[in-house]
Amino acid sequence: MINLSIAEAHKGLKEKKFSATELAKAYLKRIKETDGNLHSYVTVTEDVALKQAAEADKKGKFENPLAGIPMNLKDVVCTAGIKTTACSKILENFVPPYNAHVYDRLREAGAVLLGKSNTDEFTMGSSSENSYFGATKNPWDFTCVAGGSSGGPAASVAADQACFSIGTDTGGSIRQPASLCSCVGLKVTYGRVPREGVIPYASSFDTIGPLTKTVEDAALVLQAIAGKSERDATTPNVPVPDYTKFLKNDLKGMKIGVPKEFFEQGVEKETADAVMGGIEVMKKLGAIVEEVSLPLTKYAIPVYYLLVKSEASTNLARYDGIKYGHTAGGAKDLEEIYIKSRQEGFGPEVKRAIMLGTYCLSAGYFDAFYLKAAKVRALIKKEYEEAFKKVDVLVTPTSPFPAFKIGEKTEDPLAMYMADILTVPINLAGVCGMSVPAGFSPAGLPIGMQLIADQFKEENLFHAGHAFQQATEWHKKKPSF
Amino acid sequence: MKLTHDEVKKIAKLARLGLSEAEVEKFSVQLSDILDHAKMLDEIDTSKVEPIAQITGLTNVNFKDEVQNCAVTDELLKQSPQPIHNRMIKVKSVF
Repeated sequence: MINLSIAEAHKGLKEKKFSATELAKAYLKRIKETDGNLHSYVTVTEDVALKQAAEADKKGKFENPLAGIPMNLKDVVCTAGIKTTACSKILENFVPPYNAHVYDRLREAGAVLLGKSNTDEFTMGSSSENSYFGATKNPWDFTCVAGGSSGGPAASVAADQACFSIGTDTGGSIRQPASLCSCVGLKVTYGRVPREGVIPYASSFDTIGPLTKTVEDAALVLQAIAGKSERDATTPNVPVPDYTKFLKNDLKGMKIGVPKEFFEQGVEKETADAVMGGIEVMKKLGAIVEEVSLPLTKYAIPVYYLLVKSEASTNLARYDGIKYGHTAGGAKDLEEIYIKSRQEGFGPEVKRAIMLGTYCLSAGYFDAFYLKAAKVRALIKKEYEEAFKKVDVLVTPTSPFPAFKIGEKTEDPLAMYMADILTVPINLAGVCGMSVPAGFSPAGLPIGMQLIADQFKEENLFHAGHAFQQATEWHKKKPSF
Repeated sequence: MKLTHDEVKKIAKLARLGLSEAEVEKFSVQLSDILDHAKMLDEIDTSKVEPIAQITGLTNVNFKDEVQNCAVTDELLKQSPQPIHNRMIKVKSVF
């Protein structure tokens, strides 16, 4: 039963084919058997899962599609009484006293928490190698990365260690690992899901979304977590539609744009071919395909890292060894506590972010770097507004290449930043995007196709993605190990 | 453009971040590379562009200025690795 989608498991629970407790136990067993190799989880909450599953069984009705469905949360989502570490030494023993709003919403829907999943430290990275607890392995090839930063969420869903997962996406951190591990990864419009209680990376970019086995499942999870929140002032009062109404089998009349720049940025031929194959499938389903141009795409990476690292450096100022988290012993005065606690507690990529961000925000460099990037961001946003006047959905590769080898890019930060070249523009424009499985490389590694829609038009992603999955089998292939 | 060791140390001091000598050397190379790469943005004319930070167009979201009870004050205080005195965190002297 661990290979079932949410929709299928929901049916099984409702028809009493199995109980929520049996379902949770099956996943816990799977985690025990496989996580020594994969390392998707940093904390397994067996007692919590069994208690929550028993509650779901006691209620017995399984009205909500998520009732009794086992999931995990990326370890930046605060869970009261359960360690939440951001996979950083500085929060190694941090136990938050409250839940993130997204976890509260999932609990109201009845979802069951299996544990907390692995991420690059403070979600900074594209391979999950920056986790203080060690990298997550790719379920298709243990010598390759799972992608990042939501490497744990993606690998756990692809390897049936959870029915779904919740990740965060600041520049591709849901879509890129979903692409590398072969699952569905949804990056919502900025502000669609409340961020309160989720440890921040860059506050004007961070989004929270599901990683699932099917597009239909992504729609079901978003239904439960989307919408304005009194606990997050950046969630606009935009109505949440009934997403399941958009799960159709054809694409008649849908206008699809193919931005040529997304096939130029070092995109490998096998990846481009797989996505072109996907576009052909959508054409056969009735979509009208046209080429579009987004000429500023090549500037997205510098705009992204200048702005994001600046926001990160200010967000990370709160870790000072005083209020919570790691503190250095033997400091003489207050300033030395700050300096030493941060030196001991942060890993290399986080230190690099603090340094770059502090530089960009410092007097004398602010105009040349931060402000310049914020202006180019405005131009990029405009480019997407223009594109979505013409088309409903853009289709591109998610990552320029399939999973790379563990250790291949760790010494070259710029090469690692470039791995996100096809995902960061979407965060810069604040629009939504989703990666769906669309093929495999000759070496047997998954290739993802990215669908992009305008702000608060997630239903267009579900429409296009669901129809694509009804016509293809890529999402049904499973890693064997 | 290459950042000198002194410039790297100055930024680290601004960020209250301790660095080893090896890290100072590493960051002087890596940050210089990254900032050089970012110079490509000079190709774009932004003289008539307003910068953007709030991407969905929200402005001035206000809450009522009311005092509310915090249910987890004591639990939050327990998070501190420093000594607690009269429900306050006691820190080392500033000088």
